[in-house]
Amino acid sequence: MTNAAPDHAPKYAQLSLPDRIGKAMPLLLVPILVVLGFLSIGSPSSWLTLTVSGLAMGMMIFIMASGLTLVFGLMDVINFGHGAFISVGAYVGISVLLGLESWTGVPSLLLNVAAVLAAVIAAMCVTGALGWGFERVIVRPVYGAHLKQILVTVGGLIVIEQMIHVLWGPDEIYLTRPETLKGAVTFAGAAIEKYRLLAVVFGLALFVAMRLVLKRTKIGLIVRAGVQNGEMVEALGYRLRLVFIGVFIAGSALAGLGGVMWGLYQEVITAGMGEEMMILVFIVVIIGGLGSVEGAFIGALLVGLLQNYVAFLEPKLALISNIALMTAILMWRPQGMMPVVKAK
Amino acid sequence: MSDPILELTGVHTDIAQYHILQGVDLVVPRGGVTMLLGRNGVGKTTTLRTIIGHWQAKSGSLRFDGADITTLPTPARARAGIGFVPEDMGIFSDLTVEENMILAAASGPLDQARLDWIFAAFPPLRTFWRSEAGNLSGGQKQMLSIARAMAEERQLYLIDEPTKGLAPAIISTMAGALRDLKNKGASILLVEQNFAVAKALGDTAAVMDDGRIIWAGRMAELAGDAALQERLMGLTMEAH
Repeated sequence: MTNAAPDHAPKYAQLSLPDRIGKAMPLLLVPILVVLGFLSIGSPSSWLTLTVSGLAMGMMIFIMASGLTLVFGLMDVINFGHGAFISVGAYVGISVLLGLESWTGVPSLLLNVAAVLAAVIAAMCVTGALGWGFERVIVRPVYGAHLKQILVTVGGLIVIEQMIHVLWGPDEIYLTRPETLKGAVTFAGAAIEKYRLLAVVFGLALFVAMRLVLKRTKIGLIVRAGVQNGEMVEALGYRLRLVFIGVFIAGSALAGLGGVMWGLYQEVITAGMGEEMMILVFIVVIIGGLGSVEGAFIGALLVGLLQNYVAFLEPKLALISNIALMTAILMWRPQGMMPVVKAK
Repeated sequence: MSDPILELTGVHTDIAQYHILQGVDLVVPRGGVTMLLGRNGVGKTTTLRTIIGHWQAKSGSLRFDGADITTLPTPARARAGIGFVPEDMGIFSDLTVEENMILAAASGPLDQARLDWIFAAFPPLRTFWRSEAGNLSGGQKQMLSIARAMAEERQLYLIDEPTKGLAPAIISTMAGALRDLKNKGASILLVEQNFAVAKALGDTAAVMDDGRIIWAGRMAELAGDAALQERLMGLTMEAH
């Protein structure tokens, strides 16, 4: 026996055109939907308004869903309590904004954005800490038991919602956006809300940052590898339990960030807002493919755009558009568009 | 045998309701290759997984390099110096070959001299360095799996059937790399069904049956005694 490697020089076979299209298809779905929307709506200004609105909505859903898909993929945890972090984030963030009225009430972009950033940071800190406690007290005893996870995390959601009622009262809180984020800009005859543009920028920045962390850092490598084969990551010497906790905290903080953004978008917050959003968030995680940040991003944009287009074209169908989208995608790809973890 | 690298005493392991390991006593000497042999389903893979900590021993003790590791979690065992190559290779298929190797160097950046040594043993890994590991052939995945264990110096390598399903040319490459690893002073506990490989690489051997070690000794002794093979495993080396 020799220590010689096989002397052939292996090369990849070129994929056929249909295979390449099939592989890239999830990436093409958003542009295809945008073009279909343009063809169906007819009016370019209405289409532009709806497209920006859909992208903004999609970005905010992505912010809320990105943490959940990693928790789902890495930890195999079905966390219905994720909605509670959205609500808590909104309440903490909006409380900060209400306390900074001297910054939000003046027409200064610098002060307004600083106030929003302060609200976001406060919300992420509180929901991150809450997530740490939630993982430790509620989730840790039920790792590996899906039915128990559903039961206890729904229980945790209800308890946290009731605590919001205790702390902030039972009524919804109405708010106004900071001065410079009110109103719209006109572009090519279309009115585009300033806040929606901010949401698009925020969502894109977060997506790019998450991709950089996941693709270019060692902790990102550990997370991506852990989603695929946690046992092997541990056998290489990494304490995946610590990574689990870090991801859970980050996911909770991102939900809190999404809560602030969504609260400012809707200009009203309720204790049940996170629970209501969870339907869309789960749709996005499922059609994106469990554990996939890219899949969640594409899924969120599809959900946001489709809901806005359909609400304009056939308002009654808007209620079922996302379920129809999920059905269609799961019939096409039962594991979701870009699954990292196979459904168990 | 003095100062073994690994010593299992009376190890019992259950998987769900099944009592798989039923009192394993195994000594792996420091340096050299110890073959863990036996028919399918006798507990060889479970033994390796119990040593790395994927399954916890229900009773008994495991000592590695003189320290009790019986209750340590898997990452602590790996950091103590145990490398593991599972039967299914455990490749991170969505990561590139490079990313798989970067992860394998848990304590710091990849050492270039070590990487050159790995490339010399497994040239296709250099060719496909930036390719997704999931696109590699079965043999190349196995090379990556072993290369990953070689990325950092370990005192003990647990390797589960590295030649399973591979073409002879690739088996030759694997055997060469393992011999290289052994020559560098590593200790290897190797599960192998290919007796030609076992005979070529093994210094010592332990044979399992029904969740226990039923024979342990020199590999040469086992390889040279057809009657012993027949008695222990129901086959002879000549059959392979």
